[in-house]
Amino acid sequence: MDDSKTRSADWAATAKRNTVRLGYWTFAWVATMAVATFGPKYVWDFATLPTILAVLVNLGMGFGMIVANNRYLQGLDELHKKIFLDAGAFTLGVGLVCGLSYELLENIKLISFEPEISHLVMLMSLAFLAGLIFGHRKYQ
Amino acid sequence: MKNRLKVLRAERNWTQAKLASELEVSRQTVNAIEKEKFDPSLPLAFKAARLFGLSIEDIFQDEAQS
Repeated sequence: MDDSKTRSADWAATAKRNTVRLGYWTFAWVATMAVATFGPKYVWDFATLPTILAVLVNLGMGFGMIVANNRYLQGLDELHKKIFLDAGAFTLGVGLVCGLSYELLENIKLISFEPEISHLVMLMSLAFLAGLIFGHRKYQ
Repeated sequence: MKNRLKVLRAERNWTQAKLASELEVSRQTVNAIEKEKFDPSLPLAFKAARLFGLSIEDIFQDEAQS
């Protein structure tokens, strides 16, 4: 029983560690994205080298976040993995369907402005959040 | 899929949190299995069977057969 207690504590500690690690990587990615976005304009006047470095660092943080997200997913128990994957599948569908329709609206002149990728990212974030909430409520 | 997890847990005076800890899953997962909203994977079913010292069929019953 002591052995199983140790394993349980290990599992819980690992899940917590994965969550914290994902939080750090996400924060780092967002922060470096802000640096790569605003740095050229406000800090180094579009100098090429710092801009390339900022983009490369942001890409590196992005890949780190992907790895951390994968590790987080693998560390979840099977119900939470299912909720996460269901929400991901829903988000992928919403992103594909709405993203293409959004682009189409501009192509066929139903909207006069250029579609922004940030709008799609916001929609996908909301879809993922809604998917997670729905999943948690479903299995309450 | 029907199961006797709640009965077996109650017989041992275990909380859902205690069972979840033994099975290395969250309390929500134990609750969802007990309420038959979620079917566990085969490895988790084996783990539960080992924990209670029973066979999988003693804990989980296929609804199509019952």
